[in-house]
Amino acid sequence: MNKIKNLAELRKVKEGMQSRMSMREKADSSEAIIQIKVGMATSGIASGAKETMNYLITELDKRNIKALVMQVGDMGYSYAEPTVEVTIPGKDPVVFGEVKIPRAQEIIEKYIIGGELIEGILPANYRSI
Amino acid sequence: MAVKMHILVCGGTGCSASASHEVVTELNKELVAHDLTDFAKVVVTGCFGFCERGPIVKIIPDNTFYTRVQPSDAKEIIEEHIIKGRKVQRLLYVAPDTNESVSDSKHMEFYKKQLRIALRNCGFIDPENIEESIARDGYAALGKCLTEMTPAQVIDEIKKSGLRGRGGAGFPTGLKWEIASKSRVGEQKYVVCNADEGDPGAFMDRSLLEGDPHSILEAMAICGYCIGANKGLIYIRAEYPLAIHRLQVAIKQAEEYGLLGKDILGTGFDFEIELRYGAGAFVCGEETALIHSMEGKRGEPTFKPPFPAQSGYLEKPTNVNNVETYANIPVIINKGADWFSSIGTEKSKGTKVFALAGKINNVGLIEVPMGITLREIIYEIGGGIKGGKKFKAVQTGGPSGGCLTEKHLDTPIDYDSLVAAGSMMGSGGMIVMDEDDCMVAIAKFYLGFTVDESCGKCTPCRVGNKRLHEILTKITDGKGTMQDLEELKNLSAVIKDTALCGLGQTSPNPVLSTITNFWDEYVEHVTEKKCRAGQCKALKKYYIDPEKCKGCTACARACPVGAITGTLKNPHVIDQDKCIKCGTCYEKCRFGAISIK
Ligand SMILES: Cc1cc2nc3c(=O)[nH]c(=O)nc-3n(C[C@H](O)[C@H](O)[C@H](O)COP(=O)(O)O)c2cc1C
Ligand code: SF4
Ligand code: SF4
Ligand code: SF4
Ligand code: FES
Repeated sequence: MNKIKNLAELRKVKEGMQSRMSMREKADSSEAIIQIKVGMATSGIASGAKETMNYLITELDKRNIKALVMQVGDMGYSYAEPTVEVTIPGKDPVVFGEVKIPRAQEIIEKYIIGGELIEGILPANYRSI
Repeated sequence: MAVKMHILVCGGTGCSASASHEVVTELNKELVAHDLTDFAKVVVTGCFGFCERGPIVKIIPDNTFYTRVQPSDAKEIIEEHIIKGRKVQRLLYVAPDTNESVSDSKHMEFYKKQLRIALRNCGFIDPENIEESIARDGYAALGKCLTEMTPAQVIDEIKKSGLRGRGGAGFPTGLKWEIASKSRVGEQKYVVCNADEGDPGAFMDRSLLEGDPHSILEAMAICGYCIGANKGLIYIRAEYPLAIHRLQVAIKQAEEYGLLGKDILGTGFDFEIELRYGAGAFVCGEETALIHSMEGKRGEPTFKPPFPAQSGYLEKPTNVNNVETYANIPVIINKGADWFSSIGTEKSKGTKVFALAGKINNVGLIEVPMGITLREIIYEIGGGIKGGKKFKAVQTGGPSGGCLTEKHLDTPIDYDSLVAAGSMMGSGGMIVMDEDDCMVAIAKFYLGFTVDESCGKCTPCRVGNKRLHEILTKITDGKGTMQDLEELKNLSAVIKDTALCGLGQTSPNPVLSTITNFWDEYVEHVTEKKCRAGQCKALKKYYIDPEKCKGCTACARACPVGAITGTLKNPHVIDQDKCIKCGTCYEKCRFGAISIK
């Protein structure tokens, strides 16, 4: 490692660590930011939950939206996989079914950014774990 | 693909002792076996404060908090949680009040009321990776001071923040720095970090150094800039091998990165830090004794003045602060004095770290805002008294402190309210006692500690404390008189007034405070020869209930001194004058006829 010679270089090191630390920072203040849970049970994975999750993470990042995307187990909606639960601070969690990439995009643009409800909302019949 | 999960594993002293390193090895093996090294990463951190239930593993981003994780659990954590998103239920923390497992740290009462400023990075970063520290603004405050602020401005900011020393006495830190900065300008000066931490049961400073060593190094450099010193010394007890190791690694990395050493951040400011090891005597935590010990002399206190700021290490101006005091400095610089002083009470700003121990459900290291009440600490963060027993008292301030009782449960805790209640903040030990604890025995325990740790230099402390301990022993042995109780009070007052250093001046506090708050218990020991907590063995009385006694003779045959008489199939009796309270009969009786009062 070369010596850090000035304040600007110190800031650069900090920025270089951003991607590594941001997940932990976000988890630490999870109650204050958007939380997204992606159901990752076997049926979820088979129906593309991994792709959905990767898409959500990259897209939100790209748009600079602070959100915590995490995988959870079976959410009890095997008929509508992949399922995604979105919690906006101060609002009740909303679960969306059959979230492939197009609907994931809709969730970001319409529900998260626009604040409007979209199709595919499932009844809240599950217990969050 | 970027890493999407972090598995934080505690590498603090507590969890290391229960093999957290093997958990790390196994987790890594499983990640490799499942080809997941790009997806999840294991990070070894400092203490989460929940050591009693270690090893602790926390999963990010979902904050799942696993306790008592064994190496053999690694496979299930990876296969269930990391791959399938299913929490391993049996490893979750179970709340003592509801008996239900808690999904993540955000829902644990233990963390809800905490405010982590000094501990901000403990259990969050890898303390052996300086870049993780830098990512959390490590050395940013030093950079800000060196490039944007004059030493006087920095001192002013610290003064405005209201920060007071966390090592015991609570002296205003900014004022201390100002005195050191104005002392003998232009001469060689020293910045000292007091990491002696001798209170029984205390481990706040150790955890801080293990979990976030760079914050301390950074703060010492800031202090050096303020007072005009380019040399720092950390006095740490040799019994803290892991903290020493982490400090050594941190110093080396900081030097490599140019954040310690010559011309820091191109500003022309030089600062270096060395470690000094203590042998673990309690009195060496007292600043003058500490300085003598660092000089290679006997670790004995000397009279103040002169204060270290005038003549300290090698007779040069020296600033001594506690580890936790330093840990607050970078945050104050980064976030501002106004932010810091908005937390706490009128005269005690910020937070305090406590080592919560004793008869409480959640034992551990906590950081709470000044002004929190004991009730919140005990019943919310601490999860209440163990086994649903009745709360009796809390000892704060260790051997120099005193106890708080039920009537103090709703008093906001700060430096001044603790003193008003007859105790003190001390370094942050907090031991909770329940109805089964005898307050006379507690006072005796602390006096025993003081007697062992007195350096013997002055008579009031050397002889006086021994005498206090003798009287307390007499009382717990059932031989005390009312005269002895008066003697305890008088002698305590003399020791307080005449001892040379803080150790002796505060050593009678546990006695005085228990006398004030639990006078009845003292009197009972003396007049009725009774210990209501049943702790004083000599005061126990064994009785045979004639209703329950079957006259089997088992107890009489077992009694080593022949104190039990009676004939077959008839109720037996214990001769209280002969009984030596060995408890044998109590264990022998199969009919539950013998009770202790
Ligand atoms: C007997 C005795 C033991 C002490 N032990 C410690 C200790 O272990 N750690 C500590 O920081 N201060 C200890 N102190 C207080 C120090 O003398 C000194 O006040 C403190 O380190 C100053 O730092 P602060 O202003 O940041 O609190 C002790 C004092 C006495 C009288
Ligand atoms: S008060 Fe006790 S510890 Fe302090 S100098 Fe006197 S004998 Fe030594
Ligand atoms: S052992 Fe119990 S039952 Fe037997 S004689 Fe003693 S007290 Fe009575
Ligand atoms: S306590 Fe010991 S000495 Fe006393 S009566 Fe029982 S067996 Fe005998
Ligand atoms: S050492 Fe692991 S939680 Fe404290």
